[in-house]
Amino acid sequence: MLRKEMPEPAHRQAHRHTAVVRATHWLAALCFLALLVSGLEIVLSHPRFYWGEAGNVTTPALFSLPVPASRATVPTGYGFVLPDQNGWSRSLHFEAAWAVVFTGLFYVAAGLYTRHFRNNLLPAGAGAYNLAQRLTYLFVIFVAFPLAIWTGLAMSPAVASVLPQAVSAWGGQESARTIHFFLTLFLVAFLAIHLIMITRAGFGPLVRAMITGRTQNKERS
Amino acid sequence: MSDITRRRLVRGGLAAAAGASGLAVAARLADRYGLIPPDHGNLYGAGDSLTYAAQRLLTRHSMAREFPRSSISKTPFVNGPPPNDEAFRKLQAHAQTDWRLAVDGLVARPASYSLADIRSFPARSQITHLACEEGWSYIAEWTGVPLAYLLSLTEMRPQAKYVVYFSVEKDWWDSIDLDDALHPQTLVAYGLNGGDLPLGNGGPLRMRVPRQLGYKNVKYITRLTVTDDLKRFGKGLGSTAPEFGYSWYAGI
Repeated sequence: MLRKEMPEPAHRQAHRHTAVVRATHWLAALCFLALLVSGLEIVLSHPRFYWGEAGNVTTPALFSLPVPASRATVPTGYGFVLPDQNGWSRSLHFEAAWAVVFTGLFYVAAGLYTRHFRNNLLPAGAGAYNLAQRLTYLFVIFVAFPLAIWTGLAMSPAVASVLPQAVSAWGGQESARTIHFFLTLFLVAFLAIHLIMITRAGFGPLVRAMITGRTQNKERS
Repeated sequence: MSDITRRRLVRGGLAAAAGASGLAVAARLADRYGLIPPDHGNLYGAGDSLTYAAQRLLTRHSMAREFPRSSISKTPFVNGPPPNDEAFRKLQAHAQTDWRLAVDGLVARPASYSLADIRSFPARSQITHLACEEGWSYIAEWTGVPLAYLLSLTEMRPQAKYVVYFSVEKDWWDSIDLDDALHPQTLVAYGLNGGDLPLGNGGPLRMRVPRQLGYKNVKYITRLTVTDDLKRFGKGLGSTAPEFGYSWYAGI
């Protein structure tokens, strides 16, 4: 209460994240969680990966995951078949994909308008992040997420019919699926490191800063 | 309440109202132009509708990729056994004489074709990719009569909107809109890789919709019904797929 009545001077209460950054951060986080859970669930129906246009259990796999499958037709070495959860998983995956695309477009448009990228993420800016952080965030935002969306769309037979180059650029629909999986691994690794760094720098204050947008100077890290 | 807060509230309210009415108009327009799938009434309806509308607008006339003969997969993977009941085995054994494909509903000349009739119609062969929603796929050459040919032969009525197709498997029927039904690559297929369509791949007759995933390609089809309203069929979702949680439109 005391703090509310006597606002701290501006330099003590830095405005760390804009409302757009905070809202799109949490929307993207929610979408990514939905995409990850539903994506892993879909993979369980065929935990084998291929290169090229076509691949199935009668063709050699590039690699396969040592997990049980939700289809009896996939030889996994396990003596049981998991329940089929692909229906809702696929619909949730695509709904979350739409949501993350809209979130991303809004974030990028707002980021250009407010010079968020120039000030906080491009290497020459003067914001709070170091070079490795800037490059990682830029890579996740402008390379990994767009590539995940592209490889996801490249698996669609309808998209392939209208934009065949989107598929052939990857060497085929099964190649696109395999790369989609590796991009997921990269994004999961990013999330893990992101969470570790935040925990080390002070989980509570940083999460609060991403929710309220405000942080005290001593907590800026 | 300060002036700034009030102004922000008013502005936010106006933006929300504009957004909501914009969405309502978009939904009505989408519905009028047939861009809302029949199974939109669930938690994922927004995503499914966006996918269907976006892909419909982009792919109305696009052609599924066709591949060179060298791309054909060594094995056209058979996903599960055919029906195992006595009636199916009997029908299968006498398919050449007993198998019929009925065309009814919104057509001026309902018909029932034998396999010989269907083979006598102008055929189309195409080497296309068949992808299952699970993630596996194969490339094969499919031969059949374009569904569009059967619809012109039976004189489809102008109010038609969908073609529903039924199989000897009672729990696997589906439907497609006219963009797919009249698409030159949508076949009632009876041949695979130069031979008869094998039983395991859906022989003697299978719907082949190469711009959608495997489960829209219903095996062992026996009846096509042209309609303007999918609510009349089954649970009104356009297909049995939504009953198992899968979306009616499977372009992705």
